[in-house]
Formats: sequence, C-alpha cells, structure tokens
Amino acid sequence: MIHSLFLINSAGDIFLEKHWKSVVSRSVCDYFFEAQERATEAENVPPVISTPHHYLLSVYRHKIFFVAVIQTEVPPLFVIEFLHRVVDTFQDYFGVCSEPVIKDNVVVVYEVLEEMLDNGFPLATESNILKELIKPPTILRTVVNTITGSTNVGDQLPTGQLSVVPWRRTGVKYTNNEAYFDVIEEIDAIIDKSGSTVTAEIQGVIDACVKLTGMPDLTLSFMNPRLLDDVSFHPCVRFKRWESERILSFIPPDGNFRLLSYHVSAQNLVAIPVYVKHNISFRDSSSLGRFEITVGPKQTMGKSIEGVTVSSQMPRGVLSMNLTPSQGTHMFDPVTKMLSWDVGKINPQKLPGLKGTVSLQAGASKPDENPTINLQFKIQQLAISGLKVNRLDMYGEKYKPFKGIKYMTKAGKFQVRT
Amino acid sequence: MTDSKYFTTTKKGEIFELKAELNSDKKEKKKEAVKKVIASMTVGKDVSALFPDVVNCMQTDNLELKKLVYLYLMNYAKSQPDMAIMAVNTFVKDCEDPNPLIRALAVRTMGCIRVDKITEYLCEPLRKCLKDEDPYVRKTAAVCVAKLHDINAQLVEDQGFLDTLKDLISDSNPMVVANAVAALSEIAESHPSSNLLDLNPQSINKLLTALNECTEWGQIFILDCLANYTPKDDREAQSICERVTPRLSHANSAVVLSAVKVLMKFMEMLSKDLDYYGTLLKKLAPPLVTLLSAEPELQYVALRNINLIVQKRPEILKHEMKVFFVKYNDPIYVKLEKLDIMIRLASQANIAQVLAELKEYATEVDVDFVRKAVRAIGRCAIKVEQSAERCVSTLLDLIQTKVNYVVQEAIVVIKDIFRKYPNKYESVIATLCENLDSLDEPEARAAMIWIVGEYAERIDNADELLESFLEGFHDESTQVQLQLLTAIVKLFLKKPTETQELVQQVLSLATQDSDNPDLRDRGYIYWRLLSTDPVAAKEVVLAEKPLISEETDLIEPTLLDELICYIGTLASVYHKPPSAFVEGGRGVVHKSLPPRTTSSESTESPETAPAGAPPGEQLDVIPTQGDLLGDLLNLDLGPPVSGPPLATSSVQMGAVDLLGSGLDSLMGDEPEGIGASNFVSPPAAAVPANLGAPMGSGLSDLFDLTSGVGTLSGSYVAPKAVWLPAMKAKGLEISGTFTRQVGSISMDLQLTNKALQVMTDFAIQFNRNSFGLAPAAPLQVHAPLSPNQTVEISLPLNTVGSVMKMEPLNNLQVAVKNNIDVFYFSTLYPLHILFVEDGKMDRQMFLATWKDIPNENEAQFQIRDCPLNAEAVSSRLQSSNIFTIAKRNVEGQDMLYQSLKLTNGIWVLAELRIQPGNPSFMDLELSLKCRAPEVSQHVYQAYETILKN
Repeated sequence: MIHSLFLINSAGDIFLEKHWKSVVSRSVCDYFFEAQERATEAENVPPVISTPHHYLLSVYRHKIFFVAVIQTEVPPLFVIEFLHRVVDTFQDYFGVCSEPVIKDNVVVVYEVLEEMLDNGFPLATESNILKELIKPPTILRTVVNTITGSTNVGDQLPTGQLSVVPWRRTGVKYTNNEAYFDVIEEIDAIIDKSGSTVTAEIQGVIDACVKLTGMPDLTLSFMNPRLLDDVSFHPCVRFKRWESERILSFIPPDGNFRLLSYHVSAQNLVAIPVYVKHNISFRDSSSLGRFEITVGPKQTMGKSIEGVTVSSQMPRGVLSMNLTPSQGTHMFDPVTKMLSWDVGKINPQKLPGLKGTVSLQAGASKPDENPTINLQFKIQQLAISGLKVNRLDMYGEKYKPFKGIKYMTKAGKFQVRT
Repeated sequence: MTDSKYFTTTKKGEIFELKAELNSDKKEKKKEAVKKVIASMTVGKDVSALFPDVVNCMQTDNLELKKLVYLYLMNYAKSQPDMAIMAVNTFVKDCEDPNPLIRALAVRTMGCIRVDKITEYLCEPLRKCLKDEDPYVRKTAAVCVAKLHDINAQLVEDQGFLDTLKDLISDSNPMVVANAVAALSEIAESHPSSNLLDLNPQSINKLLTALNECTEWGQIFILDCLANYTPKDDREAQSICERVTPRLSHANSAVVLSAVKVLMKFMEMLSKDLDYYGTLLKKLAPPLVTLLSAEPELQYVALRNINLIVQKRPEILKHEMKVFFVKYNDPIYVKLEKLDIMIRLASQANIAQVLAELKEYATEVDVDFVRKAVRAIGRCAIKVEQSAERCVSTLLDLIQTKVNYVVQEAIVVIKDIFRKYPNKYESVIATLCENLDSLDEPEARAAMIWIVGEYAERIDNADELLESFLEGFHDESTQVQLQLLTAIVKLFLKKPTETQELVQQVLSLATQDSDNPDLRDRGYIYWRLLSTDPVAAKEVVLAEKPLISEETDLIEPTLLDELICYIGTLASVYHKPPSAFVEGGRGVVHKSLPPRTTSSESTESPETAPAGAPPGEQLDVIPTQGDLLGDLLNLDLGPPVSGPPLATSSVQMGAVDLLGSGLDSLMGDEPEGIGASNFVSPPAAAVPANLGAPMGSGLSDLFDLTSGVGTLSGSYVAPKAVWLPAMKAKGLEISGTFTRQVGSISMDLQLTNKALQVMTDFAIQFNRNSFGLAPAAPLQVHAPLSPNQTVEISLPLNTVGSVMKMEPLNNLQVAVKNNIDVFYFSTLYPLHILFVEDGKMDRQMFLATWKDIPNENEAQFQIRDCPLNAEAVSSRLQSSNIFTIAKRNVEGQDMLYQSLKLTNGIWVLAELRIQPGNPSFMDLELSLKCRAPEVSQHVYQAYETILKN
C-alpha cells in the first residue's frame, strides 16, 4: 500500500514528508527530480516513475507535486485518486492549498494525513468524517482553544464512519433548512480551421449544497433522464432505483458535495454556443504577419455569453504583437509568447474583435506551427445538453426545506485550430 | 497565529529549549512543545534526542496530545527500541479503554512501532481487538495484522491471526470485511503460495454483499480480490458480472477500473451468443470514456489500460475514436498514449478523420509528439489498405514542409509502406531523393539507402547516390553501413556492368577496413556468394521479402491475456507481467484468463485455471530456434523467386570476372579460407542471407536446403503428428502426415524405436475406408531399427482399395506389424490430399451445376482471421488443387468461385466471399455445394488448414 508521501514545490524542495510504514529516505525523490529535469514543463512529469526499489506516483496540483512512494504492486489509480483526495481535503480545510498554507498548518496537516491512511490503507477520506475527527482551523477556534485549553481533535467516535450512511454526520441541525443544486456543464471541443466541429463533448456535474436537519431522504427526478447514459454517482445514490426508475434517490452528506457527474459523448450532437472567426497569416518574405479574431454567439438559446477570454500560444518566432481590441483588454507576454484577451460579455449587435499585426524576430523564418486558440466563456441559466431537473422531494423529515436549482454552461477545454 | 511559529529557533539551541518545555508542568505548554517537535519532524529534522521527554507526555487524557505523542513514537521508536518499551504499558492499558476510539488508536499505533520487542506485547491486545464488539476497532485491528505480518510473519502465523483474519471476511460489517480482504491481499502478496484468499461461492457472495456497502477504497480491495476468483461456470460468471456492473458508475476511477478488470476477465467465460455478452460490451464503453475526462494523471493510467483493452476487445471502443483526439495542452505523456490508441482504433470507417487529425498534429511544437504523429500516419497506411494512397500523399505534403525531423520521420515510414505495398508508390521516390542531403539521423539515412537499393533499377543515378554515401562510410553508424553494403550489392546484381567498382569498394571497406564483426561477416557472405554463385546470390539478395503487417507492435497474445488479468495495476501501466519487475522475484503467480466453461459440463475442476499456463503451452507460442529457422527459410527461399535459376549469362560472367581475383587475394591472406568459421556469429540485421549464420555449416548447406525446399511446391502438408505413441506400441512411435504431389498421394511416416530391442519385419495394412485409400507398395524399412533410431519413410498410396463409409468420413484405421507385435491406430487424413489436378470446371458448366444442385445441399462456413488477400487466397488454394474459376468484386468484397474434384469423382463447388474484417485479417465466408453434402464439412476443414498455414 502507500508507503510515504513527499510534498515538493516547483523549485524542487521537499517541504513535507509523511511515512505510514517504515521511513523511506528522501533520497528516493532524486529519481523524481531527474524526471522533472527531463520534462520541459511541470505538467509533463510522468505520473508513474519506477526506481530500483520503489515506485513514485505523483500528481501536480496548485504548483505542488504530491509524490507517493509505493513498494509493492498497488493499483496506481488507487494511489493517484487518493492523492487527489488529499489535495481536495487540504483545500477544504484551509481554503487554499499552497506551500505557505501547508507550512502554516503543518500539525493539522500531519494529523489529517495520519487519519486518512493507516499503514497505507485508507481510513477516513470523507471530509465530513475527517472534520469530526480533526476540526479545521478557524480564527475563532484558535482563540477559544488558547483560552480554554481545549483541542481541535474531536474525542468522539466519528459516528458516521460505521453507520450504513458513512458519508453523513449524525445529529445535524439547522434553523434554515435548504438544499441547492447546481447543474454545471463544461463543453470540451476541438474546432477546426474551417469552423466545423472535430470533436465535442459535455462533461456535466451536479454539485449540491445541502444543509438539512436530521436524516433527510431526497429524490431528484429529471425531465429528460435519457440524456444521462454515462454517469458516475456519489456513493450515497441508490443505484438500483436509478437503474429501474431513472430517479436519483439518496440520503445526502451534510454540506457541499458532488452528487453526480455525467458525460454526454461526442456521438450525440453537441450544440456549440460560440464561433471564432480568425485570420492569422505570415508571409515568407516579410517579418510582419496579419492577425484578426472575431468572436460571436451561435446556438445560445437566447442566453448571453459572459466572461469570455481568448488565449493563444504564439509561435516562438513572434517578437511582438500590435493589436487593437474592439472591447476588453488584451496582453501579449513576449517571454512566454502567450496572447490573452479578456473580452467580457458578447454583444450580438456589435461583435468583439481583435485586430492588428504580428512582427516576427528579425531573420526568423515563417513559423511551422499554427497557433491554437483557447476559449473560455460562461452562460448562465443554461445547460447546453438540455438537461432539466423535474422536481426535488424530501422524505423522512417533517420540515419544509428551501430548494433551488441553478444551471450553468462553461467552456472546458475549448480549442479552435487556425 | 499559525503553525509556522513552531519553526522559529532561539539562540540557546532548539533541542535544549524544547526539552525544558516538554517537562513543563503546564499542559498547554507541553502540548505546544510536542507540536514544535512534530513540526520539526515533518520537515526531516532529527529530534530523536527528545524521545524520553516526549514519551513522558503520553500518559494523558488529552486526546490531541496523545495522538501527537503517538505520531512521534511511530517515527522514532525504531531508532530507540529500548526507550520504546517504556510506552508499552500505556498501549496495553489504552487497549482496554471504554472509548472505542482510544482502543482503536492504541492498537493502530502499536502496529506502527516497528520494533521486535514490542510486537510480543502486542499479541494479546490485538487478539482482543480482533474480536472487539465495536466494528471500528475490529477493522483497525484487521489492518494491524498486516502490519504485524510485515514485521514478523512467523509470529502472525504462530499466533493464529491469519485464521482470525479469514473469519473476519464473514463479518457483519462491510467495512470490516473490506479491511480484512485488504489485509489478506497484502499478506498474500508476500506469500504467493499460501492459499490465504481461498475463495468459494459462499465467500464470494459475502464479498459481493459487502461490495455494495463499503467505502470506495474497500470496493477496490474487494474487486481486486474478486478478480482472482475463477467462477465454476458461465452462469456464475454472469451473476458476478451482473453484481459488479453498478460499480462502473462510481465516481472513483480506481473502483471503475477494478470493476472493468473483473468484467473483462469473467467475460472470457461467457458465450458470445449470449444477449448478456452484448449488453456487457455496451456497458463497458462509457465508463472508459469517462475516465478520459479526469485529471491527466488518471487519464494516463486509464489510457495505458485502454491500450490493452483495445487490443483484446477492439469492439468495445470502436465507435469512440474522437475521445482520443489530442488537445494541444494535454501533457505529453497523455498525448503519446492517445496517439497509440488512435492507431489501434483506426479502420476504414474512420481513417479520413484520423488522418486529418494526424496531419494537424504533425504541425505541433513538441518534437517527440510530431515524430510519433508522422510515424502514426505510416502505421495507418499499413493497417488500412484503402487509406494507403491518402497516407502517402499526406506524407509527401509533410516532406514539402522541409521541417528536418518531419522529413526524416516520413522517409522512415515510407520505407515501411514500400515493404507493405511493393510496386505501388515508387513514383514518390524522386521526391524522396530530393531530400537526401537533409537526412542526418541514422534511421532515416538507412531507410533512404534501403529504398535506393531496393529500387535501384528505377533510379537513374542510384550509383551516384550510393557512392555519395560511401564517401563517409566509416563515420556512419552500423545500421547505415550494413544498409549501404546490402544496397550496393543489390544495385550490382541489378546493374552489374556499371557498378563493379562500387561493389568492390564497399566489400573491401566492409571486410578489410571495418572492425565491426556483423559488417565483416555480412561483407564476406556477399563476397563469397557473388564469387561462387551469382545466380544464388541473386536469389538470396533479391528474394521476395515477406510483407510486413501493422500488427508488429501488438502485444503477444498470451502476455496480453495475462495483462488483462492485471488491469489497473502497475503491470498494466508498464505492459509487463509483474514477474518481470516486482522486487526480488517473489515467485509471482502467473494469472491467466479463465477458460470458457458452460454449466452443463461443470464437472471439470476449475481450480487449475489460475495456476498459470503449463510450460507446454508456452512452447507453442515461442517457436524454438530450429522451427523459426525452418519457417524463415521456407518463407524467404521456398517459393520460386522471381529470378529464374538460369540467369542471364552476362551477370554470371561479370560476377565471376570481377570477384575471382578479389576472392583469390583474400584467400591468399587467410590460408584457412573464409569457410565456415567466419559465418558462425549471427549478424544483427535481418536480411535473408543472415539466416544461414546460425546453422554454422556455411553456405553450401544453405543452398542445398534452398533447392530441397524449393521443390516442395505441392499442396499444403501438415506437420507430422504423433499417431501412435510409444507407450501404446511397446516402444514403437509412429508419427506422420499426408502429402499430395503431382497427382500422387503418399503417407510420410517417421518410425522411432524407443524400446531397448531392435525392431524388424515391418508391414502395414489399412482398413477399408471412405475413399478406398490403400498402400500402393509394401512398407519398406531397409535396415532393422535399432534402439533410439528414427527412420523416415514415404509410403505411396492409391485410391483403389475397398470402400466403406467411415465415421468421421476421413477416418483411416491402420495396422502396423513388426517383430514384436501388431499395433492399431486410427488417424484423420486431410481431405485435400484427395483433390485431383483436373478439378477445374468450365465456367458455363459451373453455373449450370451450381443451379442444378439443390439448395438444401448448400453448406455455409466462416473462416475467421485469414491473413491473406484475395490473390493470395486464390493462389494458395490453387496449389492444393482448388481452382478459381471466376472472381467478382461486389460492394468492396471479393467473391471467388471455385471448384474441386475428389478422387472418386465427386465435384464440390464453392463460393468464397472475402470480407475485410479485422484490420489485417480477412473473414471468409464459404458456401459449398456438392451432391454429396456429407463431404462439405471436411472440405471446409481442408480450406481452413490450407489458408491458415
């Protein structure tokens, strides 16, 4: 199972180590550093590295490498999933997951890690339970603890951990009972030069924030459940009920959680809400090139597109860009060659555009590669797949909760080739 | 106020100060001090000197302080074993605490103190905790057994903890079950032989019940454990699959992949006709696709596994090509894996899309990725024949970009395309030659030289081109040198008059000025060949090359099956069986896919399956060197090659003139000659001439063999099989096969005397049989057969014997007599030995007969995965006297109409539909019509043997 964990910052310093079995010397990380050196960018460090006696499995998040050391045959996905869970937990506990924050809370971090694994076996990874065992630091609690001498380690057995609903704490009480669900869809798409879709798919999630007293039993039904043929559920969802009736029936965890994620595949038609017109050209003879982009709406069901940003990695030979946007602000970083344009909201009457010239380094030849345009946007109150919640009912408790559903569509990895 | 304050130091010295604080009376101060100690520990500072002071803080009712001290203990107990004993009492006491949290914490911590002395004290508390009333304590104790086993395995066995752990598999609490399974799995890994996880239908049922209720991590352990079970029949396999499929919708990707492993493995046992089989296939695709929208690290592991799954069952993801399209900001390790899978999924249906994508990738920034994309285009061309033309033109476009590494990569793959489709795309050679100067990588140079040599007759200035390479011969890498040598020899054989000087030059460079043994050996072989027998040289050097197929990079099937059993593990990431890389080679058990067993025949013991493939099976997969050599010789030299044995005399003259003197001088230098001794070490590169090397007996043998093999151009001959084992015949072993050559049938026998006495007086007799086969001459064994001696005899047969219908039709009962006894055996002869040479029917006649034979006499058969195309099929069949009368192409499928005649005058008519199925293999559909329908089955078998061998 998982032997040890090393946290490494992008400068290559190990700033935290935790061992669940015998101590593994940190020199094992040298193999990781080698790989890090070989990879040009941090993102490209391979996630599985073998060393003579160990395997190093790593994830890279928030500019920190979380490197797990294993010695025997362990499912790598298990380790990687666990590492992501560690990161999520840190984020949950401290709001952000960064080197200074981890260093500031090193003892809590240590206690949490100790609770998450025992001898390399996962022990408590649900944030609901962890928080019962070790309370997250808050300013108020720190003050109270200092005065009263009480601790931030709970001395109660985490009741949820052995119940049939291990994900929910018991004895939850709220004065305002409320349940909010956010249907968020991300479009991953590749659009080719001519504007036609190469591939497009939707990654959707339903995130919930449930603050309900007692042991509520909820059911959520959809207008068009047939859209959901590829779903992953939170463990609380009763799978049999879904199989037979296409209804989500569950006792929710307390607080924020992801109820389900789904995937609408490339085979179904995915509506693309924006288009990009582009004209980027270099000439063989001259060191000046032309650059022109226009963004416009398409299939938005009458909703407006907001928060649009356009970014593009320019070829290495580009020296500078002289551009004028019709709206928003733009920036070109001559070191990373990254062009970014913060467009804002698209006004269909007056389409935003960015236009101007690109100058190449003196003597540089016409670039071989075509820059790809990366698009970000948001559309409120629209689930682009057409998914709609029909109703939400609560059983098992007497009070009347406040319910809310929100929809949003965002760009995921949305790329336009030029 | 944050924990960073714990890192600040003072002038007096940190340790000193901490010591004082730890011994303070104030609880608060103590706790702060322990926190400081822990903080130092986390960053790797050595605070072991504080051991006694920290342990003193252990006896407290403050849970946080207790936990902190435990953290410290776990880290340093190993280095201070004597001190650690001090803590034991507190542990034992805590294990009795009324609070289950404290009990669990104590047993958990004790297990982590890896000190032998402490383990003895641990046993009693652990035993109690394993039977604790609180499941939280039991599940913690289960893991503790694994910890203890790691420290002292013998102790765990002696104390009977393993049995207690096994009992926990039937615990009422799913969490406890999951942890028990996890602990047992870990222990089992270090003891592969111990039968710890002895699974039976009852325990499986318990695991499946626990599966629904335990945590996600527990589900992984249980699923991995289930995957080791072999269901007794297809019904049990299906019911397990049904209960595992809901896991495919789990949010945790590790659960999903473990479930996929169980399903992929058990699916092997389900019949393909089952409705459920199809349902299952459909259910597998979406979760695999979903894994690709996860974080890149997860994607990587998923992709490595999908790579295996796609090879095993391409049908699962054949419609999902688009999800493997590369996004420009994917990490490089994800990009490369996606590319690999794209090629595996490429088919005629999606090739246009794939090519467009690949072309797009070839203009990206990352050099490694671009190279692989270009290579991928070549692989597509080889894999999907219909796309070859488009691929070649795409490659030419890329060559026009003049980007150095793109050009080089393109040339390397174009070479492969030439080898796959000879005489089709040579028009592009001119374009390739233009880029000669920009090639600086050995692989690209070698590829280009190969092309020039292979097509020397079409390149006007081939000699100039090769000469230009020759200038820097010694600076080239071995790969290029070898290629250059071969290419120039080829050139010489094609244009002998103009290139004498060149070949002389390269031969002397290779043999005299080079230190590389491979190069020298190859040089000598060519030299000797050219000087002694230019005709043979031509046959060898310019022999028709076997076509390459795209499946060269596929994982070998037995390994693939084993890897499927390891889906989701490190083995699946490295595509190597665990035995190849697990530490210390602890005798890892080989896993294999379960054989298909139906419930009706469930009496067979299924336990044998996971024990791994018996050694005999492996022999089949990897041919021994001898076999391989034989096969290769057949392949390269067997079929009559294009150059007729009587080559033009000018070649002969030129060669002899030229080389006679050279060789003489060479011989003069080395009086021993360049006979056998020089040919012993096998050169590395694969060129037909190298095949002679391992035989060690020089070239003359090679050519003897050539001529020998060359004459065997009759119908297909099966390898000899043992008909009569020695055990059954008092030491006489008979193996044999049937052949048909130029109208005469014979039975090739191999008699081996495995007894201790001499055998004499052999005779043979056949029982009456369906086609009247009988020996045409008596069995003649000239000399007595002494012990351990083997003799080969070819017994001519005729078909004029008495006829009796046998069951099966092609059954032949044989009696063999010798001085010891009379022995009986029966064998099945392949029907194609009865196909006569005049079996070609007239076209009109064929049509009339086809219509004439009633439809109920028509029999249909499938021949799957035939590695040949229409022409090859037709010519292969023709050599076995199955004649193609007409050929049509209907909707992209080739239809062959064929006829054959049996020795007793029965005509069989055939319609053969060739469907490109699986990328490289064809599926054939065979319809047979015959007035005696009972022969159809055997004719079909004959087809299959001929086409698949």
